[in-house]
Amino acid sequence: MKIGVPKEIHAGEKRVATTPEVVEKLLKLGFAVTVESNAGAEANFSDDAYREAGASITDRAGVWDSDIIFKVRAPEVHPELAIDEVESLREGSTLVSFIWPGQNPELMERMAAKKVTVLAMDSVPRVSRAQKLDALSSMANIAGYRAVVEAAHAFGRFFCGQITAAGKVPPAKVFIVGVGVAGLAAIGAASGLGAIVRASDTRPEVKDQVKSMGAEFVDVDYQEEGTGVGGYAKVMSEGYQKAQREMYARQAMDVDIIITTALIPGKPAPRLISAGMVESMKPGSVIVDMAAEQGGNCELSVAGEIVVHHGVTIIGYTDLPSRLAKQSSQLYGTNLWRLSEELCKNKDGVIDVNMEDEVIRGATVIKEGAITWPPPPPKISAAPTQPAAAAAVAEPKKAGFKLPACVTTTLQLGVAAAALIGLGMVAPPAFMSHFTVFVLACFVGYMVIWNVTPALHTPLMSVTNAISGIIVIGALLQIAPPEYTGNLTGNIADLITGHDGHAHTIISKIIPLFAGLAILVATINVVGGFWVTQRMLKMFRR
Amino acid sequence: MSQGLVTVSYVTATILFILSLGGLSHPETARRGNYYGMAGMAIAILATILSNAVHSYTALLIAMAIGGSIGAFAAIKVKMTEMPELVAMLHSFVGLAAVLVGYASYVDPNAHMLGAEKAIHDVETYLGILIGAVTFSGSIIAFGKLSGKIGGKPMLLPGRHWINLAGLIVVIIFGKIFLNVDSAAGGLFPLFVMTAIALAFGIHMVMAIGGADMPVVVSMLNSYSGWAAAATGFMLSNDLLIVTGALVGSSGAILSYIMCRAMNRHFLSVIAGGFGSDGGAPSASGAAQPQGEVSPISAEETAELLRDAQHVVIVPGYGMAVAQAQHTVYEITKWLREKGVEVRFAIHPVAGRMPGHMNVLLAEAKVPYDIVLEMDEINEDFPETDVVMVIGANDIVNPAAQDDPGSPIAGMPVLEVWKAKTSIVMKRSMASGYAGVDNPLFYKENNRMLFGDAKKMLDEVLGALRG
Repeated sequence: MKIGVPKEIHAGEKRVATTPEVVEKLLKLGFAVTVESNAGAEANFSDDAYREAGASITDRAGVWDSDIIFKVRAPEVHPELAIDEVESLREGSTLVSFIWPGQNPELMERMAAKKVTVLAMDSVPRVSRAQKLDALSSMANIAGYRAVVEAAHAFGRFFCGQITAAGKVPPAKVFIVGVGVAGLAAIGAASGLGAIVRASDTRPEVKDQVKSMGAEFVDVDYQEEGTGVGGYAKVMSEGYQKAQREMYARQAMDVDIIITTALIPGKPAPRLISAGMVESMKPGSVIVDMAAEQGGNCELSVAGEIVVHHGVTIIGYTDLPSRLAKQSSQLYGTNLWRLSEELCKNKDGVIDVNMEDEVIRGATVIKEGAITWPPPPPKISAAPTQPAAAAAVAEPKKAGFKLPACVTTTLQLGVAAAALIGLGMVAPPAFMSHFTVFVLACFVGYMVIWNVTPALHTPLMSVTNAISGIIVIGALLQIAPPEYTGNLTGNIADLITGHDGHAHTIISKIIPLFAGLAILVATINVVGGFWVTQRMLKMFRR
Repeated sequence: MSQGLVTVSYVTATILFILSLGGLSHPETARRGNYYGMAGMAIAILATILSNAVHSYTALLIAMAIGGSIGAFAAIKVKMTEMPELVAMLHSFVGLAAVLVGYASYVDPNAHMLGAEKAIHDVETYLGILIGAVTFSGSIIAFGKLSGKIGGKPMLLPGRHWINLAGLIVVIIFGKIFLNVDSAAGGLFPLFVMTAIALAFGIHMVMAIGGADMPVVVSMLNSYSGWAAAATGFMLSNDLLIVTGALVGSSGAILSYIMCRAMNRHFLSVIAGGFGSDGGAPSASGAAQPQGEVSPISAEETAELLRDAQHVVIVPGYGMAVAQAQHTVYEITKWLREKGVEVRFAIHPVAGRMPGHMNVLLAEAKVPYDIVLEMDEINEDFPETDVVMVIGANDIVNPAAQDDPGSPIAGMPVLEVWKAKTSIVMKRSMASGYAGVDNPLFYKENNRMLFGDAKKMLDEVLGALRG
């Protein structure tokens, strides 16, 4: 099948959906690739480079006639060039690009009417298998980097603190709101330039990621979990938002640069930085609002433009990835190639939109003219919740005869108490003193043994074994008891011998025999146990 | 020696025993701990022999000399791979001694008590013999299983729980009879019956436990031997025996608990016997048989992989012990470490046939103990590991424990070797492990199988590395 890559017509869009490098890989999958003349010019990929890689170069109409269309931006109408990309779509063909089906219902309708199949790169489910084709992440990564570059461009000072002959320069303080892929990339870029970086997010689990990037995590002083479905953020409660605003206000007064990346899927971007906060910032400060396209995290930002308010530069560019056109084209192209791999498992140049495949199902928003968006919710989120599910499956089997935990505990305590009371009532004092010793010894053993390192469990067993040979003491006490005084208990002897006369001799033989045997086996234990422990311990060395 | 001196000696011995166990918390202090234990034992025995309770020494010294020689001989001769057998054997001796001491104490005409005191004493005797007998026969069977004289498969009698229950009831009934007889002679019969049942119970209990559960059994028998000593202490009103028995008893109990936790099994379900026996056959897993093909690898290719690796983790299992391959493993480790490859060992708590079994074998092969890590310490490092070598282990690296809720080993913590870039599993054949569960790891894309005897194959790998 033939893949066509048209030139992007969106104003200012410099990216292209494939690069010469990717073309070679696509050819290996069995596809033919045709690229519109000058499609990669803005991203510094010449037609010749594509030709060398094995693609053919044609005009617009030739490209749109392909079986598969790779694009960056969603199809649109360009009145000045008199182009309607949706109209250019050939019936039965397949389009792969960013679509944003939630925001563009009209576009979806029009495309469906053209009886095409559309795969939206923004709808690829966030599962680990699909990471290699997650274009949102690769674009966000670039955007986060570029946001810092833009901020540095507009900011009148060094990022990194310096002590020069001409005086001391304090480091810039950068505050990053929303730590997704873009936020993390921004943290990396800003701290790479030497700034002091802080970051905040409603999802507490990103705290460690922030710290690992060398930035400081600023907590909101309010308890609420902010993780929504699929690892994205969700809308927070009023109380949380109030505490959050206070925290932002404090940060705004302190920092030089704010980069906001807060987005909630399917909703307008949350308004986090008010006009008042902007005014409280130092003159010369910079705000980069990466959410400007979705309404902006800052009240004053204007999508696609730079505004200066109260000496604060507010950058609302919506085309940050496009400003790094070569890099983003390369990553996006690779994402598309990975998707092609998934679509064309046989490497025969024929795609199969397999709706059984979770990743492909998620990405497919129109299948042969039928709108299939939104997909069923993803089965596994980025942080696996499966163990819990597994436990839930296993649980009901046993639930039938299980008492609630508190009842069981109470019962156990009750039984133990009753047993102890019963024992205390009947047992003689001598026994109780032994019993005290016994219980205390159990606790000492408990405390001591927990400290034993697992590597020494075998020596521990053999040494306890040797120690339990202490039973030899019991046998020692019996082998030669004080002289039998007769008359006390003749009954056993009676039973054994039947004759009173021989009782003493029999008893006096049986006991030492038993005791002697016991001493023998117990001594094996003592000597063997200690000896072998010693042998083992000698081997443990660093 | 006066009674006061004896008591002081006993207290000293007790403290030395506690210090001894405390010393085992770290390899550096462990040897000192063992010396404490020896000193404690020597003091306790000497004090007892010299006390007023012992009058003649000939028989005593002869018995101790014979026992000591046997013990020393066994300790010198035993191979490190046979440690579990030796430990099981030694447990049985404690049990036997407890039984003998119990009987001797019961027929001892000098012991003469009345009323509640006698009742308590009789209960103590009864319990002491009971625990001793169970420990004795159970340990003998464990020894047989560990040394391969008895098959490792669990022997499951029909209605075995009912048999055990019936045995318990009979033991209790005879216990009552035993307490109610007025003459000491009349008590012997119930005592014999109980001993017979206890012996049978010990045999039955261990027979029903599968090979993979042996670590639990060994530590449980360790615990029993302690309780037997403690019960004997109660019987003879000897605090030293009580304390020492309790120390050993709780130590074994904790070890059993740790082992059970490492297998995600309930203690009772291990004791009650049989793998996956608590509620019919594992039906769900039958449908989820892992599919796919295994990719075999040769010793040369294995050497190639190891040579190119930066981080290597070796996971030893019972197979390494059986093949006696620990020395070759260390040779390979040494070679790799000299070449700058980071080699570490990952030990699952229940690898092998007794707690800490693998550590002892690796120590014997002179593997430094600071590159031998526990499961929790190393599990998160697997994604950064280039090559994992699994030597004769199966269930402890089975991803089904995490992925398949229907698997009999579901929920058991396992070493996540499949997260490494490449894993190499050394096995004799495709047979499943003791749990009888097929291992989806073998079918994973990044897994290779190196079939053959562990020792032989590792020798070949070493040869290829050096060649």
